[in-house]
Amino acid sequence: MTTDPMLLEVRDLTVTFPTPRGPLDAVKSLDLDLEPGGALGIVGESGSGKSMTSLAIMGLQPRAARRTGSVRLRGRELVGMSEADLRRVRGDRVAMVFQDPLSSLNPYYTVGLQIEEAYRAHRPGVTRRAARKIAIAALERVHIRDAAVRVNHYPHQFSGGMRQRVMIAMALSTEPELLIADEPTTALDVTVQAQILDLLQEIRRETGTGLVLITHDLAVVSEITDHIVVMKDGVCVERGAVEQIFTDPRHPYTQALLDAVPRIDDEIGELRAVVPDAATTSPATENTATENGGPA
Amino acid sequence: MPRFLLTRVSSGLMVLLLVCLFTYLVFFALSPDPAVQICGKNCTPELIDQIRGNLGLDQPFWTQFFLFVVGIFAGRTYGDGAGAVECAAPCLGYSFQSSQAVWDMIVQRLPVSATVAIGAAVLWLLAGLVGGLLSAVKEGTFLDRFTTGLTLTSMSIPNYVLALVLQYVLVVQLQWLPFPQAVRFADDPVQWFLNFVMPWMVLAIGYAAAYTRLTRANVLDVLRENYVRTAYAKGLPQSLVWRRHALRPALTPIVTIFGMDFAGLLGGALITETVFGINGVGKMAADSIARNDQPVIMGVTLLAGFLVVVGNMVVDVVYTAIDPRVRVNA
Repeated sequence: MTTDPMLLEVRDLTVTFPTPRGPLDAVKSLDLDLEPGGALGIVGESGSGKSMTSLAIMGLQPRAARRTGSVRLRGRELVGMSEADLRRVRGDRVAMVFQDPLSSLNPYYTVGLQIEEAYRAHRPGVTRRAARKIAIAALERVHIRDAAVRVNHYPHQFSGGMRQRVMIAMALSTEPELLIADEPTTALDVTVQAQILDLLQEIRRETGTGLVLITHDLAVVSEITDHIVVMKDGVCVERGAVEQIFTDPRHPYTQALLDAVPRIDDEIGELRAVVPDAATTSPATENTATENGGPA
Repeated sequence: MPRFLLTRVSSGLMVLLLVCLFTYLVFFALSPDPAVQICGKNCTPELIDQIRGNLGLDQPFWTQFFLFVVGIFAGRTYGDGAGAVECAAPCLGYSFQSSQAVWDMIVQRLPVSATVAIGAAVLWLLAGLVGGLLSAVKEGTFLDRFTTGLTLTSMSIPNYVLALVLQYVLVVQLQWLPFPQAVRFADDPVQWFLNFVMPWMVLAIGYAAAYTRLTRANVLDVLRENYVRTAYAKGLPQSLVWRRHALRPALTPIVTIFGMDFAGLLGGALITETVFGINGVGKMAADSIARNDQPVIMGVTLLAGFLVVVGNMVVDVVYTAIDPRVRVNA
């Protein structure tokens, strides 16, 4: 084991919204750990707080929300950091890829400009021409053909999968240590999903970027990540290594999630839903067989 | 691009033709016999028939309409023999009231209406954009609520009430503005300018309120867009996020509305011009309606239709420049 500080160390992260019926915790006392170059999957159904977690890590939670706890990036505390310092972390050390690539890219500007501005925001003094070269290289890295031409195109001129490649290229242009991908394949069709996952894998291999992958799709996490955190109602209900969770889920909710995955070798019958009361929130189950199973 | 323009122009012409037809129909069916009106007091049936013949009013409806449309493009001749009157190319006929060519009347008054419209447009754009942006930035604060209240109030005051109140307060009571006098710009630019201040304000205030609300709503909508979240996630400074990623999408729809509003106003602000006694197209329209001066009403209606159609085409062309998604050849 390395003595380097953890890449990402989240402790007791809580995101609270004021509601007419009192404060509501969208994320409650969440702990996450990610080694440099590691890949962590956060799994849960809609409303489980997984997307809010990803935004809260970067301090991008909605203005009405209150964020408490601790988020450390290589030992640097991000909670309570000034907006100006946070801005230097966002997009530079930590980059994000969002779910819907069409609405996440500004329709009024070429993809080139949008990649360039991500790069130049963190490299003051870089000329447009130099940034343009970076943008083209970034597009080439995500295997977009004719990058030198495509760089001048607008988002609507790309297909769904290509747009997500553009988002990934934009995120990687600054060579971040950590990439947070929030449902990166959900808006795409199945064959394209596989291509994007392959791309993420390849990038991890080549750059050693740490990855936090947020998804509701267990098949997706099993392919890429080595550790999983299962979330429900803002709480972590189970955590552990991928094989462990898949072969021996401890929490009934995890079991229910696994059962809900339709299998090609299943007998034809009704699809199983995740039954809410079968998975009532209970304290996190430590899957102790893993060496990285949460806080010591 | 040329094909796109061609379809726009031809559909615009169709709209104008329809405007023409309906206006013609309305007056053909509803108005009292213009020949009787023109004839005046000492009138004989023979005289009325002669006037009818000269104006072409004895022709069937479609012939009259056809001659009118041809007159616009090719000119026409009224009457025949020694009393024939040649009406050159953009011929909209002659005023029953003053016997002036309608085209000349419009050309004379259009600059006045344009002055009113341009000054008002500058005012309401400034006020609307600034007010809307401030309101959006300070969403939910006192300033925001105050602005919202102010816009509601100013939208619900009728123009003519506002005009009279302003005249009373600014000219009579406070004497901040001199009494309006008919001057030419070249003779007394200051008085000329001050003459227009009140009409500009009166016209602008309702539009300014509407634009404030529109701008505020658009900006707040765009700030909730995913691409704004992306911009923040990239670490862009707030000022750049606003300037580049929020303002342009938020202000684009305003171009559309502005094009139509402005084009409509160029064709004359009926109430404002009448209240302030400004001799523009709007006042001319009001006067001609009161006197049932059919050719003038036709001319003014067509002008308004023409301006709106052209305004729309300009908006379309401008749109292709600001929104890459509507670029046709892309």
